[in-house]
Amino acid sequence: MSLMKDIDMQDDFVEVPLDRMRACPQCDALYHLQPVQPRERAACKRCGTVLIAPRAFAFTRIIALSVAALILLTIALFTPFLDLSAAGMHSNASIWDTAMAFSDGMMAPLSIAVVAFIIVIPALRLGLIVYTLVPLARGRPAGIHAAGAFRLAEALRPWSMAEIFVIGVAVALVKIAGMASVTPGIAFWSFCILVIMMIWQDSFVDREQVWSALHRGSRTANTA
Amino acid sequence: MSERILTAREAGLVACTRCGLVHTPRTQNCTRCGAPLVSRDRHSLQRVWAWWIAGLIVYIPANLYPMLLTNTLGTRTRSTILGGVVELWAHGDLPVALIVFAASIVIPVGKFLAIAFLAMSINKRRFMSVHAQHRLFEVVEFIGRWSMIDVFVVAILASLVQFSFVASINPGIAAICFALSVIFTMKAALAFDPRTIWDD
Repeated sequence: MSLMKDIDMQDDFVEVPLDRMRACPQCDALYHLQPVQPRERAACKRCGTVLIAPRAFAFTRIIALSVAALILLTIALFTPFLDLSAAGMHSNASIWDTAMAFSDGMMAPLSIAVVAFIIVIPALRLGLIVYTLVPLARGRPAGIHAAGAFRLAEALRPWSMAEIFVIGVAVALVKIAGMASVTPGIAFWSFCILVIMMIWQDSFVDREQVWSALHRGSRTANTA
Repeated sequence: MSERILTAREAGLVACTRCGLVHTPRTQNCTRCGAPLVSRDRHSLQRVWAWWIAGLIVYIPANLYPMLLTNTLGTRTRSTILGGVVELWAHGDLPVALIVFAASIVIPVGKFLAIAFLAMSINKRRFMSVHAQHRLFEVVEFIGRWSMIDVFVVAILASLVQFSFVASINPGIAAICFALSVIFTMKAALAFDPRTIWDD
């Protein structure tokens, strides 16, 4: 359902002030901004992209879920991940070992990429989102470079691959299952919960809500 | 399309693709989020093709060289991407064989074809409606990163299976080529300006 009023060729769009207009980022269709209530969704009439989807207490919920995910990520880094036993022999790997699997010789750059995709970028995104939203949730002016921080978090979105890693773990477990028995450790479970937290957190993120709050936040900072 | 939709470009305005705010034509950066403003990215297709070619070049060795080097009691086996799928299939792990087959063969090949098709037919409606083209673009953008599964599987196996001479698994050179191919094709998909699909 579209809650946005599209601007018609016949309508005199010049009468709509610029800051009351929004354009679809995917197809450039122009709309006259209408109030959208929490749990309502305003989608582009033409390409179906969700433009505005505010949620009640979104910032507080996003902050809580992000902090929880960051704590789980820290736990996952310092606890045993997988334990392998076959014919009386033991082997175990932490998440760090997994990321460092390529660390010798010419495979080293791949190790850096894996560390970035499954640890650094997810953690950085969560941190940037918390940094952006904490002052806004408390009604304070936005932090220094908060717009840049949120922009970076958005740009890093496709490169955060924690959920893909979890599927990779599942595939690897099936591959080994035939020759050895694998016991998942605390890190494995915290990583699984962390991925659920991140997907849940993302469902509360409405870009329009964040950007308009940031804009208001920076204006109060300028006048103060 | 039954009804005519006015775009920001047709209204003589320029919209921010990151936050949606609309500006007057000569504005350089979005006044709300600071992202650079371009009405249409004219060099977008050039960058799409550059990343596409780079991705294709590294995808060839990714398939020819071994992905996994397995050492069991002194016997060394090297398995390529396709070899790994065949092995899983032979073991009877059908669902996993299908996941790996989809992630490391169907998705990458499909992505190369889809990006090339979109780049060649961006303003043409010969084979697909504009809605179908946009849907295809969304699918390519969404699904591309999932090819990374195979690289993570190799990383997990190589770190876990290390029983000195009895059994060990090491990553092959194809792993790095395949990872690069995924990264390059993700860059190719991100270089698209989807707004140009809708321009007539």
